[in-house]
Amino acid sequence: MGGTLREWIFTTDHKKVGILYLIGSIAAFGVAGLMAMLMRIELSAPGPTLTDNPTTYNVWLYFHGAAMILGFQIPALTGFLANYLIPLQIGAKDVAFPRLNALSVWLFYVGLVLALLTFVMPDPPDVMWTGYPPYSEITVGNTAFYSFTVLLLGFASILGGVNFLTTITFMRAPGMGWNKMNIFVWATFTAFILQLIFVPVLGTAVTMIMFDKYLGTNFFNPTNGGDVLIYQNLFWFYSHPAVYVILLPFIGITFDIIATFARNAIFNYKVVVYGGMGGIVLLAGEVWVHHLYVTGMPDWIRVGQMVTTLLISIPVGLIFISLIGTLYRGSIVYTTPMLYALGVVFLMLIGGLTGIPLALTALTVHASETYFVVGHFHYVMAVAGTFSIFGGIYYLYPKMTGRMYNEFIGKIGFWITFVGVNTVFMPMMISGIDTGMPRRYWDYSQISGMEGYQQLMSIGAAFIFVGFLITLINWVQGLFKGEKVGRNPWGSKSLEWTHCDSPPGHGNFDPIPSLPEEWSPYAYGRNK
Amino acid sequence: MHKRSIGGLLNWLTMLFFGLPSMAMALPETSQIRDPAPGWDQLWHEMLIDITIIGVIFALVCLYFMYKYRRRNPDDEGNQPKLSTPAAIGWAVIPAFLFMADDFYLAANGWELWNKYRQVPEDRMEIKLESAMWTWDYTYPNGVKTYNDLIVPAKKPILLRMTSRDTIHNHFIPDFRVKEDSMPGRVTYIWFYPKEPGEHLVTCAEYCGHLHSRMYGKVTVLSKSDFDKWYKAEGAKAQLAMNRGGM
Repeated sequence: MGGTLREWIFTTDHKKVGILYLIGSIAAFGVAGLMAMLMRIELSAPGPTLTDNPTTYNVWLYFHGAAMILGFQIPALTGFLANYLIPLQIGAKDVAFPRLNALSVWLFYVGLVLALLTFVMPDPPDVMWTGYPPYSEITVGNTAFYSFTVLLLGFASILGGVNFLTTITFMRAPGMGWNKMNIFVWATFTAFILQLIFVPVLGTAVTMIMFDKYLGTNFFNPTNGGDVLIYQNLFWFYSHPAVYVILLPFIGITFDIIATFARNAIFNYKVVVYGGMGGIVLLAGEVWVHHLYVTGMPDWIRVGQMVTTLLISIPVGLIFISLIGTLYRGSIVYTTPMLYALGVVFLMLIGGLTGIPLALTALTVHASETYFVVGHFHYVMAVAGTFSIFGGIYYLYPKMTGRMYNEFIGKIGFWITFVGVNTVFMPMMISGIDTGMPRRYWDYSQISGMEGYQQLMSIGAAFIFVGFLITLINWVQGLFKGEKVGRNPWGSKSLEWTHCDSPPGHGNFDPIPSLPEEWSPYAYGRNK
Repeated sequence: MHKRSIGGLLNWLTMLFFGLPSMAMALPETSQIRDPAPGWDQLWHEMLIDITIIGVIFALVCLYFMYKYRRRNPDDEGNQPKLSTPAAIGWAVIPAFLFMADDFYLAANGWELWNKYRQVPEDRMEIKLESAMWTWDYTYPNGVKTYNDLIVPAKKPILLRMTSRDTIHNHFIPDFRVKEDSMPGRVTYIWFYPKEPGEHLVTCAEYCGHLHSRMYGKVTVLSKSDFDKWYKAEGAKAQLAMNRGGM
């Protein structure tokens, strides 16, 4: 994948756009990860450690959350993976609207630059990634930057949504029926349906904050007839589905990795797609109040959404059965991407199950807003999602670069990171219940019994840091020193491996494949 | 225990079929103290058992498959059996019903505890709370005010009616397993039942800016006689101050 800088910037090739998304999102991950390291050092002892200014800590925390979700996970999953893989997996030469695609990656980079300005501007935003008013409207921190960053990244995502729904619907290779698509294609399809429905609500919410703060409207100002809770409802009406915008693609790529390295067909494909992913899409918009259980929402809606939230366990449970079922009678080989994919299964199991107590309104009166919640969502979304992205990068590495990474270093990186995340987030969950440690704290001197937990977590964070460095070195080193590989080093049956060079040339396929009746991306063994 | 959960489930089904009006019928009377905090610990414990069992089953099956079906020869391929249509549907419907049964069981128990949290006993003491960056201000029925120190008598349900002067805060008393936001423009409430004299930490659990982590106070529980002494003395002082202010 050579080419001049000019070619990269003005590219309309979906593969290059995807790699641009990858570079940008890994950069966002790096900076947001550094913020996490700063916070972990700050919290390694009670009282001031790195900084005696709590607002500095709050800015780190704001950037960590906003950049990890909006700058890393969503772009890496629906920008990088979707861009790179979708046309290859459905047998298309490119996406439906390549120029729109280029525009979307530009907007993404402008959003990243806006977000990074946090570190140089006076009074940077300190509103957390949630940006709740009235705080976001009365703080001296610059809420406008928060709003514009969200709007730009949201707009980039809407363009992606239009593009990929069209591409998947109309540009599949002849012979590829809906029920023959890779699970990742379905995952992207469903994620973008959610994104198209719900992103405008988030855009509305952050725009209203900006109007309130800078133009004198009173949407969220109770002294002039506004209501502070409206924002939280709008915000979570988007942001809970956003969790599934992350979850669906990361489940999708995990399925594809597991199927490839177990050389096995997906267990109960149609139930995964229509029951699991379809069920998640149907329920996604009816559960947001579980983020508002302790805000004084009316009792009837708290109890009502307790039931809908619990029902989410059904589609997710079906997906789990199929993930594990795909191993059944497989032929499993433990490469680095497979380790990451199986890591996703275990991390998501812990994260998903610890979500069940948080569905019960009555249990959240203690558990909500504590380290338990932070530990839970890091397991289910942050860490599981990141493991799937890392797995996806390793999985596609030979396809993108034409070279192989170092398997041994890859595995070492995986295990150090895996130990690290569990050392951070398991004590985090336990301490939240044990001591009631609330989240977003710069200092915890008043909370007895917290110091030991915090130190353990900080040690775990150091493991994650080292693990990621090793992984990054492996990726960079492989570019230069990696062994050259052919089309299909994994022995996969999926189109991107069987019909494309590594890396694929312009136009991907020559000619566009016409798929026979018995073709399937998962046609292994007797399912051939 | 077992009987009670079935009762909870029945209540739940009654409400499902007869709609919200029947909720009032299903709710038990409020005369005796029904402290939710021990109920929280119990439900949490049951919940941990529930999710641990599910987690261990999934994890063990996964680990077993990972070991059993490891690749032996480089050219091997998997042999996923093709599911017949009834089997495919069965593998969806049966687990779905199992998950749903567990969901409804948990929902019933959760709802029962929730009712305890939201029904305040009649013989309560009502205290107003106004939060602000970064302080908790309490006002007692006789006009006494305290700051960051909620002094209450033992063995009496305490109701806090909460609002906020500036942004959203969250009055969290971990020892009593209770929290809720306080915010401008709305009045929210929590109640708790201090059984015996002692001190309990109050923290702010909703991000409120610069000193969010330093916004803490305490609940001081006094015996009834000690509390009455303090309350009368402070009440007289408050009265005096009010009269002076009036002149």
